[in-house]
Amino acid sequence: MKPKIAAQSGTFESSDVIFLIEPLPDNSGRKLEISSTVMQQFGASFNRIVLEMLDSYEMTDIHLIAKDKGALEPTIKARLETAIKRSLEQQEGTLK
Amino acid sequence: MTKNFKKRRTMLYIPGNNPAMIQQGGVYGADSILLDLEDAVALNQKDAARALVRNMIKVVDFYDAEVCVRINHLSTPFGLADLEEIVPLQPSAIRYPKTESPEEVAELLKIIERIEDRHGLPHNKMTLHAMIETAMGVQNVFNIASMFSRVDAITIGGQDLTADMNIVYTPDGVGIDFARKRIVMAAKASHIDVIDTVFPDVNDEEGLRRETEYAKKIGFTGKAVINPRQIDIIHKVFTPTEEEIRKAYHIVKEFQMNTAAGIGVFAIDGKMIDAPVVARAQYILKLANVTVG
Amino acid sequence: MLNSLGREIPEYIEGIGKLEPFQGALAKLRKGWMDEPTIPAPNRAYLPHQSKLCKTLEEAIIRSNPHNGMTVSFHHHLRNGDILLVQTLNILHNMGIREITLASSSLNECHDPILPYLVDGTVTRIFSSGIRNQLGRAIALGVLETPVVIHSHGGRVRSIHTGKIKIDLAVIPASAADCEGNATGSHGKSAFGSIGYAVIDARYAKEVIVVTDNLVDYPCIPLSISQNFIDHVVVVDSIGDASKIATGTTRITKSPMDLRIAKLAADVIEHSGFFVPGFAFQVGAGGASLAVAKFIREKMRDKGIKGSFMLGGITSYCVDMLNDGLFETLFDVQSFDAVVSNSLLNNRRHIEIPAALYANPFNCGCITNKIDVVVLGALEIDVDFNVNVITGSEGYIRGASGGHSDTASGAKLTVVVCPSFRGRIPIIKKRVHTIVTPGETVHVLVTERGICVNPAFKELEENLRRAGLNIKDIHDLEIEVDTITGVPGPLEYTDKIVGVVEYRDGTIIDVIHQLKEK
Repeated sequence: MKPKIAAQSGTFESSDVIFLIEPLPDNSGRKLEISSTVMQQFGASFNRIVLEMLDSYEMTDIHLIAKDKGALEPTIKARLETAIKRSLEQQEGTLK
Repeated sequence: MTKNFKKRRTMLYIPGNNPAMIQQGGVYGADSILLDLEDAVALNQKDAARALVRNMIKVVDFYDAEVCVRINHLSTPFGLADLEEIVPLQPSAIRYPKTESPEEVAELLKIIERIEDRHGLPHNKMTLHAMIETAMGVQNVFNIASMFSRVDAITIGGQDLTADMNIVYTPDGVGIDFARKRIVMAAKASHIDVIDTVFPDVNDEEGLRRETEYAKKIGFTGKAVINPRQIDIIHKVFTPTEEEIRKAYHIVKEFQMNTAAGIGVFAIDGKMIDAPVVARAQYILKLANVTVG
Repeated sequence: MLNSLGREIPEYIEGIGKLEPFQGALAKLRKGWMDEPTIPAPNRAYLPHQSKLCKTLEEAIIRSNPHNGMTVSFHHHLRNGDILLVQTLNILHNMGIREITLASSSLNECHDPILPYLVDGTVTRIFSSGIRNQLGRAIALGVLETPVVIHSHGGRVRSIHTGKIKIDLAVIPASAADCEGNATGSHGKSAFGSIGYAVIDARYAKEVIVVTDNLVDYPCIPLSISQNFIDHVVVVDSIGDASKIATGTTRITKSPMDLRIAKLAADVIEHSGFFVPGFAFQVGAGGASLAVAKFIREKMRDKGIKGSFMLGGITSYCVDMLNDGLFETLFDVQSFDAVVSNSLLNNRRHIEIPAALYANPFNCGCITNKIDVVVLGALEIDVDFNVNVITGSEGYIRGASGGHSDTASGAKLTVVVCPSFRGRIPIIKKRVHTIVTPGETVHVLVTERGICVNPAFKELEENLRRAGLNIKDIHDLEIEVDTITGVPGPLEYTDKIVGVVEYRDGTIIDVIHQLKEK
């Protein structure tokens, strides 16, 4: 699936992560920009979580920006789920 | 006395969209944790909070605390979606805001049970806390408290109630005093717990202590908490004193010995000890984690 | 060679010399004396009524025989408000002086401007108890050829006695001084309280400059630093940024997490067996550590317990407890806020002490030896209770050894307080990155998720269990926290050593390797 609209979830607070999703033109694939205060220690696991979730929603033609401030795994997953569902217009949130 | 003993001296409110606070919710020693999807969450973040609370409940260890989730009212666009996500996780309890009538509770329970059936879950594990925060709720509180076996606590929401009564909240609580006492009485008559409203000024430790002492005096089981810093003060008030514990221990000990000897009613220091006194003593020992051996 | 904590220590490092491996907290003290000879302090002669006043800091430095390879020392009583260290190095740099050894009792953020001098060879060696911010990052990444030496407050005094730190020039800022160099930090517009760390510099440096922004009529009282050790006196407009030196009173944290940890720590102290009339107590100056004092104060009042003395970094909170009659005496080696200076000046039971009396292990008894209970923080702690207060989770140097190992070794009860994780990084490790304080001197760890007692102290564990406290095995807690946060990936290091961590007795407890930045 591809995002219908730009969407966002999360906050800049400590232990949280903010995700921003934008649609890209057809056949653009995925463009990821991930930054984290704990990149050195958890960068690999963060990337893995993001890719697994994008796979499970079969997301493509997506530009995803993540700014992480040490969110735990359940938080990362909840925020990304929310951003994806908002971008698919399955849920309402900000940036609508 | 209550149906099933649970320590409910404190219920710590945690905003459902705040991961930092949720992940630390269990470390402050509150008897209950209340993950809030209702008033603490902005209207445009209801979906985000729901996903977060659902994920966190699955993973976070809240230690000995009872975990409750306050959902949105079914009359809002969020209530049903909240139930669909939260009921399958079976927290200790669902807290329902602005409960006004037994019909409303019946409707809520029907939906909860339908979801439970879909997931093959029992109907008797997760309980329901009804929040009384409108004048209508106060008028109907006895039926709300007494008619449903799954309702094992009622609570008063002071701020919404003052708003509904169109009065100004004053620190002395005069405006909601009748409601407090009526709600307590409904709970006592129904043998369920009753939790007092929050004390909003986190920096006023003396005020919190005074209000908690009052709540204890008129019969509340415990008090809601908006900041972890308030927990120890409330626990101190609701925890029996050494003197109370010693007395209760003595009563229960005598009771056990007399029961073993087949004696029903007995006296200590010339005072008759009957069943309610024994029950009260047993409650005190449970609060104090004391067993009579 | 391995030291007794299993850390690989080289036998020799160019620019530092032979290293002796750590063999246990009290191993060297049991002898009853220090093996290394104490070098004599320099002697000078001054003629009657000869003037020490210089017009500028530059003039004083020129008169102090500046030369390549010299060692310059400073104290850190002005904390993050210090400006004279940077000014002094600017002057030396402009004179073309190179290969300076910088021996400041600690380094703060305000010293970031000297970073270019580490790059260009103006400064080539550093001795300090703490290094932070840009300097700490650059040093971890290998900006200096010779490793920095991290010492404790007590260990610094020892290093000066043995000549390991041989000070050519000491620059001593003071908030009040007279024309002969009698000086103090206890009054004046830039008052910073105790000047305890600078006393040894004044005694041992070949040249000593007192710098003040408040020249008072002779004599300047109290004689925290006395004229018989001072060569030059300079009056400047300002010795530092007063708003960053010491402000108002210290506030107890409002962070629920810090307060929770502090409350648990106070419960530990209460039931430890050491919370008795006449106990001696030390807490840190901020966060959970200071907040412990709030709860101990309540417990002392409730139980009618009166203590003997408080020691160390003194905050207004300690002053309040002194004035409440909860403690008899304050021993002040470093003051943390403006109110403290006043008390130090006016209350005879609030006593200024030099670093040697505070914490030097090699004398007839420093005051840390008399501590009953100390509460300390940690950047990391491991399952052997070893504590790291110098390197951060990202591998930079960003802390201070300070009095951590000194007080831990002296106290009957050392309580370490810290959250179990910070920003997803677990604080409890299988092995800390850098050991500053050995686990044998740490009795209890208090976190928000449980209390861990060092298994060497069985009776203490018994006492705490009996009181119903939430005691966990530290190995279990380590696993529990890893489960919450996930296991962090390891940092990568090269073989190059960028820092040497000295234990207070002069042996090497650990080394810091150069960080590879990903």
